[in-house]
Amino acid sequence: MTIHATEITPAPPSAAPAVNRASRRAELEEAFLPAIVALLIAALVGDVLILSFGQNPGTVYKLLIEGTWGNAYGLGQVLYKATTLTFTGLAVAVGLRAGLFNIGAESQLAAGGFVAALVGLALPASVPTLLALPIFIVAAAIGGGVVGGVPGVLKAKFGAHEVITTIMLNFIVLALLNYLVAAHLKAADSLHTATIHTGALPRLSNYIGPFHGSAANVVILLAVAVVIATWYYLFRTRGGFELRATGLQPEAAEYGGVNVGGVWWRAMALSGALAGIGGLNFVLGYKYYYEDSFGSGAGFLGIAVAIVGRNHPVGVALAALVFATISQGGLAVNAAVPKQMVDVLQAVVIIAVVASVPEVRRVLRRER
Amino acid sequence: MIVLLFLAQTLRIAIPYLFAASGGVISERAGLIGLGLEGYMLGGAFCGAVASYYTGNAWLGLLGAVVGGVLLALLYAVTSIRFRGDQVVIGIAINLFASGATRFFLRLLFHSSANSPRIPGFGVEQTGTGWLAIARNPLIWIGILAVAFMAWLLYRTPFGLRVRAVGEHPAAAMSVGIRVARVRYLAVALSGALAALGGAYLAFDQHQFTAEMSAGRGFIALAATIFGRWDPVRAALACLLFAAAETLQIQLQGAQVIPSQFVEMIPYALTIVALAGVVGRAVPPAALGKVEGL
Repeated sequence: MTIHATEITPAPPSAAPAVNRASRRAELEEAFLPAIVALLIAALVGDVLILSFGQNPGTVYKLLIEGTWGNAYGLGQVLYKATTLTFTGLAVAVGLRAGLFNIGAESQLAAGGFVAALVGLALPASVPTLLALPIFIVAAAIGGGVVGGVPGVLKAKFGAHEVITTIMLNFIVLALLNYLVAAHLKAADSLHTATIHTGALPRLSNYIGPFHGSAANVVILLAVAVVIATWYYLFRTRGGFELRATGLQPEAAEYGGVNVGGVWWRAMALSGALAGIGGLNFVLGYKYYYEDSFGSGAGFLGIAVAIVGRNHPVGVALAALVFATISQGGLAVNAAVPKQMVDVLQAVVIIAVVASVPEVRRVLRRER
Repeated sequence: MIVLLFLAQTLRIAIPYLFAASGGVISERAGLIGLGLEGYMLGGAFCGAVASYYTGNAWLGLLGAVVGGVLLALLYAVTSIRFRGDQVVIGIAINLFASGATRFFLRLLFHSSANSPRIPGFGVEQTGTGWLAIARNPLIWIGILAVAFMAWLLYRTPFGLRVRAVGEHPAAAMSVGIRVARVRYLAVALSGALAALGGAYLAFDQHQFTAEMSAGRGFIALAATIFGRWDPVRAALACLLFAAAETLQIQLQGAQVIPSQFVEMIPYALTIVALAGVVGRAVPPAALGKVEGL
C-alpha cells in the first residue's frame, strides 16, 4: 500500500520534506491511534452494559449524541463542562511535561473558585466587570497556585513524592474549605456563600439564543486564550524549555544548568494556578457563588484529559470536549440506562489509552 | 468503662483500615502503587452484599467480596504489568470504574440508586457497640489476623522475600530466577482480596450496600501504609491511630471542641509530615511505580 503510493506521487524536490512528512504522519498516528482504540473498546463495553439493562445500544448511543451535539442546550452544557476540563487538563499536562504527577487538580480547582468568590464578596458592586476580571483571574490563580505549589516545594526541598502529597492535600484542602463555608461563610438557609457583588460574566445564551438554559459562558474564551498561552509558554519560551527538559531527564537538565528544584515547584504552582482559574467557570460564569464540590470530579477527570490529549494544549482541549460529551451524555441517556454507565466508560477509556500507548508504539515500530 | 467503650469503637472503625492497609503494604512492597485500594473496597462491599443477598449466607458473601476485589486488582495488574500502563492513572481509573460499576449494577439488580436491600451479615446483634458484639463478629478477628498474617508472609516466607526483592530491585530479583511478573500479580491479587474484605466488613456492619460507602477509606489505608513506612505492623498501628482520632471526634461531637473537618485532616496531614521527613523520612520501596526493563 505504501509502496504503491510512493510510485504514483511525483518525486519530492528534496529528501528532507519527505522524511519530515513521514515522521509527522507517524507522530499523528501514535497520538491518535490509542485514543481511537480506547473509544472503540469503551463502545464495546457500553454495548454490554446497555444490553445487560435490556436496552438497544443503537438507540442509547443515538440518545447520547442527540442529547449532546444534537441540540443547542446539550452542546452548551458540553461546552461548559469542557471549559472546566480544559483548565484541569492543562494543569495536569503542564505537571506531566515537567515530569510531575499532579493529582491535586480537584482541590486546586476548588481553592481557585473559593478565593475568587472571596474576592467577589469583598469587591464593591461599583467595580466594573472589565476591571474586576483581571483581579479575579489573579485571585483564582493564587488560590490554586498555593495549593499546587506546596507539594512542589515539598518535592524540591524534601523529595516528598508529589502523587501522595497532592492526594493528601486534596482531602485536607477540601475539608478546610468545607469548614470555612459551613462555619463562617454560608448564606442563610443554604450550603453556599452569598452571591458575589461584581464580576459576573455573561452566559453564551445572551448572544446566541438557542443556548438558553445551558451554563456555557464567556469563560470559554478565557479557556481558549489560556490554551494558546500554555502552548506558547511550553514550546516557545526558555522557562517552558527548561520545564520540558526537566520532565524528560532531570539529571541531564541539571547538568545543562537548569535548577531542577526550582522548575519543580514553579511547575506545580503553575499547574495549580491553571486548575484554580478553572474555578472561574463556575463562580463567575455560572452560579456567581462558591459551593462545596462544585468541581464534581473535574479535577480527577483532568488527569484523563491530559493523558488522552497527550499533554499537548490543543490535544487537551480536544480531549476535554470528548470527556465533556461523555459526561453530558450520561444525563441524556439516564432515562434508558443508569447515567453511571458513563463513569464506567470514562474509566475504560482511561485504562485503554494508558495501556495501549506502549503497545501501539511497539506495533507501529515493528511495521516500519 | 468509658476507656473500654472508646477502645471498642476504635477497633470497629479500624478493622476496614487494617484490611486495606495490609493490602496496601503487600502491593507497594511488590512495587505497585496502591491507589486502587478505594476501588477494591467499594467493589468488595458491593460483591459481598450481592453474594450474601442471593445466597443468604455471610461466608459466601465474603467469598463474593474476595472475587470482586481480586478481579478489580487483576484489571489493575494486567494493564500496569503486562501493558505497562501508568500505575497512577490506572489506579485512579480503577476507583472511577468501581464507583460507576457498583452504582450501575445497583440499579440493574435492585432498582435503586442509593442502597441494596437488607443483607444478613453476621447475626443481628453486631450493630451494638459493646465488646460482646465485637467478639461475635468473625470479621474483626480475621482483620486482626490479616495483620499478623501479612507480617509473617512478608518477613518469614520465601514468597515474602521475593515480594520485597521485586519491589526493591526487580532486575536483581530476575537475575536469581524469581519470576518478577508472577510475584507482582500474586501480590496485587492479595491486596485486592484483603481490601475487599474491608469493604465487606462495611457492608455487613450496616447490613446493606450503600453507594460510595467506602467514602475515602481506601485512601486513609494508603495513608496508613505510607505513614507506617510499608511495614505491616506499623501500618496497623497507624490505622489504629487514625481510627482513635475518628472515635474521639465522634465522642466529642456534642461538645464541639474541634470541628470535625480538622479531625478528618489528621491522617493526611501526618502522612505529608512523614513524607517530608520532619521526624525521620519515610522512604518507599525503590522500584515503587516502575515496571520498565522487565
